[in-house]
Amino acid sequence: MAGARVIPLHDPERDAARRSRHVEVVPEPEQQQSATPDWERRLTDLLSFARRRIAGDYQVDEFGFDRDLTENVLMPPLKPLYEKWFRVETIGMNNIPPAGGALIVANHSGTVPLDALMTSFGIASEHPAHRHMRMLGADLVFRTPVLGALARKSGQTLACNPDAERLMSSGELVGVWPEGFKGIGKPYKDRYKLQRFGRGGFVSAALKTGAPIIPCSIVGAEEIYPMIGDIKALARLLGFPYFPVTPFFPLLGPLGAIPLPSKWYIEFGEPIRTDVFGENAADDPMLVFNLTDQVRETIQQTLYRLLTQRRNVFLG
Amino acid sequence: MTPKVVLVTGVSRFLGGHLAARFAANPDIERVLGVDTEPPPRDLLRRMGRAEFVRADIRNPLISKVISTANVDTVVHASVTASPAGPTGRTVMKEMNVIGTMQLLAACQKSPKVQKLVVKSTSAVYGSSSRDPAVFTEDMGPKDLPSSGYAKDAVEVEGYVRGFGRRRPDVNVTTLRFTNFIGPRIDTVLTRYFALPVVPTVMGYDARVQLLHSEDALAVLERATLHDLPGVFNVGGDGVLLLSQAIRRAGRLNLPVPSGAVPTVGGFFRSARLVDFSPDQMRFLNWGRVVDTTLLKKEFGFTPRWTTQQAFDDYVSGRGLKPLIDQETIDAAERGILDAAARFR
Repeated sequence: MAGARVIPLHDPERDAARRSRHVEVVPEPEQQQSATPDWERRLTDLLSFARRRIAGDYQVDEFGFDRDLTENVLMPPLKPLYEKWFRVETIGMNNIPPAGGALIVANHSGTVPLDALMTSFGIASEHPAHRHMRMLGADLVFRTPVLGALARKSGQTLACNPDAERLMSSGELVGVWPEGFKGIGKPYKDRYKLQRFGRGGFVSAALKTGAPIIPCSIVGAEEIYPMIGDIKALARLLGFPYFPVTPFFPLLGPLGAIPLPSKWYIEFGEPIRTDVFGENAADDPMLVFNLTDQVRETIQQTLYRLLTQRRNVFLG
Repeated sequence: MTPKVVLVTGVSRFLGGHLAARFAANPDIERVLGVDTEPPPRDLLRRMGRAEFVRADIRNPLISKVISTANVDTVVHASVTASPAGPTGRTVMKEMNVIGTMQLLAACQKSPKVQKLVVKSTSAVYGSSSRDPAVFTEDMGPKDLPSSGYAKDAVEVEGYVRGFGRRRPDVNVTTLRFTNFIGPRIDTVLTRYFALPVVPTVMGYDARVQLLHSEDALAVLERATLHDLPGVFNVGGDGVLLLSQAIRRAGRLNLPVPSGAVPTVGGFFRSARLVDFSPDQMRFLNWGRVVDTTLLKKEFGFTPRWTTQQAFDDYVSGRGLKPLIDQETIDAAERGILDAAARFR
């Protein structure tokens, strides 16, 4: 039962039967009959999707990435958020190679990791090859019920060197946010100030596989939930890394969870090659530190440049 | 080197029994000895042909006599098992697995004739947790050492096997870390689990499951016995099924159980004699586990004939599992909706 079944939409017998039953029906205009309405084609797609899901007839890769589910269920709701709410503009999409392993390194911000979702949606919809970015997530994500399962199905995996190297050497586009919770949960007053870039594990993974590093700077995500406070006791109680207080949350309850409609820019910088340093480059800590700094500086400088060009947080 | 006299442990179970049958059918092997505490079922015994069954307990030093008097040169240790014999069988299982292995290895060490040892281990030695890498290679260890059950037994068994390899460097030791077996003929915890009409899973988690067809498992054990391929190898089919996907492919219904209630539900299934899950198997159904089989293909020289999905489908069709919602109903529903839509146009 591979593939969808072809369902004739204009079965002559069925059409005849229909006409004989509804004799009084006024004949439809000629052109409307020949073109299948858009909603009906979508219904057919939806039904064949439902059939695949019920029968379990889809492929999942060894990381748990479910392409069928991601493209049909998880990605579409992001479209209005990307196009209408944040009006994301991408710059330098051509810096992402059309195929082969590569590592996107970006700044992290905004209390809730919407920046990661928007970046991956942007690449999937605007890159000529429509590549799926495979993100590396914190282990807290995978420990959490529902969220962990969804993260794996959408192509994420645990941020550890074996996984990153395996993905890149099999030619995948990998996304990493090395600031982690330090970046996403930083107070509003520290906006656009890059935090420490982990231990440079992502650089050694790229060096081992020879995949280029693409610095990515995201402007706009800092303002969606301006974090003015952090209830540490509540965070400890719930097991979160932080419990954010924004001007509207938790004051307005669920209403406060609506992100502010800031205007976003995502810029992909020139790829930094890692295949020019020779065989055992990943074992040279000084080289790893220097490359980490270079990536961090590039992102920071691009952020400053984009910020000076921006006139208004919400209008761009 | 083709072995002359092969001793297989655990012949009253599927793998050991069918393996002994394969060796018995091989004219190059002079003698096949099958050891177990209880005789194999009659149909298995018939299959085993000229293989001799020795009713012996590998926990007993008597096994040493069997090995030395029969001039055994190759030992296949296939009796390390995950399924206890009964509700109180867990302590017995542990003894069989761990003490049995110790005795067997001691006997092998004593006998200068023994040239080769093949051990059936499990990928459960990698444990199962949220902090695991997606794919395990042979050089990785578990994040937390398995604290109980089959996984812990297997870790200890592998420890003793490594010790034996150090003391007898002249013996070729092959350790095979199998993923879960599936197939139309084999009976395991997992085959019983998927045959339940309503399959309980842990709510909010979807494990990645890698399976191996039982025929592939036999072929791997046979190859390891007939050729000199020392080392540790992961053995599993290509590809992955999500637990939810496997349940759908089997046409079963998924019953998500909140993780707090999992021990209670597990206890119910154990006391009802439906499926007996140990805590480490529950963890496996929560997180799943995938192993890298590059070494198996490149160095061991074996590529499984069935992928995980094909093996599972073979199990479903071989067992004759009837889906709760059959394909015709789905087809009819789809046609009905499309017809209704066409009428609206």
